[in-house]
Amino acid sequence: MTHNIILRVISKFLIPPIIIFALYVQFHGDFGPGGGFQAGVIMSAAIILYALVFGLDAAEKFISLTILRILASLGVLIYAGVGIVTIFLGGNYLEYTVLGSTQIAGQHLGILLVELGVGISVFSVMLIIFFTFAGRGRP
Amino acid sequence: MDFIIGHYNYWIAIFLMMVGFYTVISRGNLVKKIIGLNIFQVSVFLLYISMSTVKDGAAPIIADGVILYSNPLPHVLILTAIVVGVATTALGLALVVRIKEAYGTIEEDEIHERDHTL
Amino acid sequence: MIDAVINITLLAFLAITALAIVRMTNLFAIVMLFGIFSFLSAALFVVMDAVDVAFTEAAVGAGISTVLMIVTIALTKEQKEKHPTGHRPWLPLMVVMVTGAALVYGTLDIPAFGDPDAPAQTHVAPQYLERSMPETGIPNVVTSVLASYRGFDTLGEVVVVFTAGIAVLLLIGGRRAGARTRMNEREQDDT
Repeated sequence: MTHNIILRVISKFLIPPIIIFALYVQFHGDFGPGGGFQAGVIMSAAIILYALVFGLDAAEKFISLTILRILASLGVLIYAGVGIVTIFLGGNYLEYTVLGSTQIAGQHLGILLVELGVGISVFSVMLIIFFTFAGRGRP
Repeated sequence: MDFIIGHYNYWIAIFLMMVGFYTVISRGNLVKKIIGLNIFQVSVFLLYISMSTVKDGAAPIIADGVILYSNPLPHVLILTAIVVGVATTALGLALVVRIKEAYGTIEEDEIHERDHTL
Repeated sequence: MIDAVINITLLAFLAITALAIVRMTNLFAIVMLFGIFSFLSAALFVVMDAVDVAFTEAAVGAGISTVLMIVTIALTKEQKEKHPTGHRPWLPLMVVMVTGAALVYGTLDIPAFGDPDAPAQTHVAPQYLERSMPETGIPNVVTSVLASYRGFDTLGEVVVVFTAGIAVLLLIGGRRAGARTRMNEREQDDT
């Protein structure tokens, strides 16, 4: 077990900055490289690192598979839901200009919500795939 | 000579494509086939991004003082293609795990033998 | 000049790694080489000014794909690849060479690498570059095209990722590796 001490300490240092970096990439995708996909994958990489070092059971206690299924559907729902909301507000499907008072405000809000949906969905699907693969090997 | 300098990117991308294609059709191990498929995909991305670069251009992020940008449309296309590619790879690997549990092997010729005897 | 040197070096390393992947038989080494291949291609994308694509390729290819392949090797307990004992080993090589020659013949008419007057750079792309700031107020043109101008494609992509997650859950979601025991029971019932 002494082999794991270095890994445990280093990952306790690393996992919070990785999560913060994922949030930064998600919300600054408008001004630099980034966006929903990259942020979702980086956040799931943090949780996969936690599962690799501390065990799959600890990671599943942190986020269970049920919550991940709900989050995955929630991401797709947010994306498609933005389109339905714009229809109710009078525009076409996914026409962001009706979401705000000016065109630019509407576009900003629409792109923010859409990227959030993408990020949540990609994060949960990557974790679902990893957890099912790793859970198959357990007797 | 200018012709070679202007086209070697595409030729190396095609070479990588053919290496991946050869891995898929000639090797029998299923995991190696999936890796060959991924090499093929990455080389196709290289081909597209090579076609979208502009000499002395910058990344397509609007900034003051930059006049020439790279073409952003292939970047969008390849972004989608990368994520779809990882989804396909995950699905293929899940199928490999199930095949191993059902047949006991992931070599293609042994699977064919056992399929005929079952 | 230095750009071209970096370009050629990275492409040479990519070619060597791909050839090593074909020739090696130890599966673990092949998966590690695939991670290196993915990371080198991400570096090449940065050199070619495609920063968003490089970000995604490094995170997804060198991260998620490599981890999933290692988990698959651990689950299937395969260590080495057995060499193919095909009847006609020259046939794949010939097919590959013919296809490669046809593709190279196709690239003879492509405009040179980096040409700013190529038809691909002058048709629709300048309009997106000019209209992105006034219409959406977002400096990153790739994000604005991805989420606003071509939003339907991104919706389809999210649905594809979601479907892959559901399919993996259906295939290997159960806890037990039960198919093998069921096959043994069927053999015992037949005898």
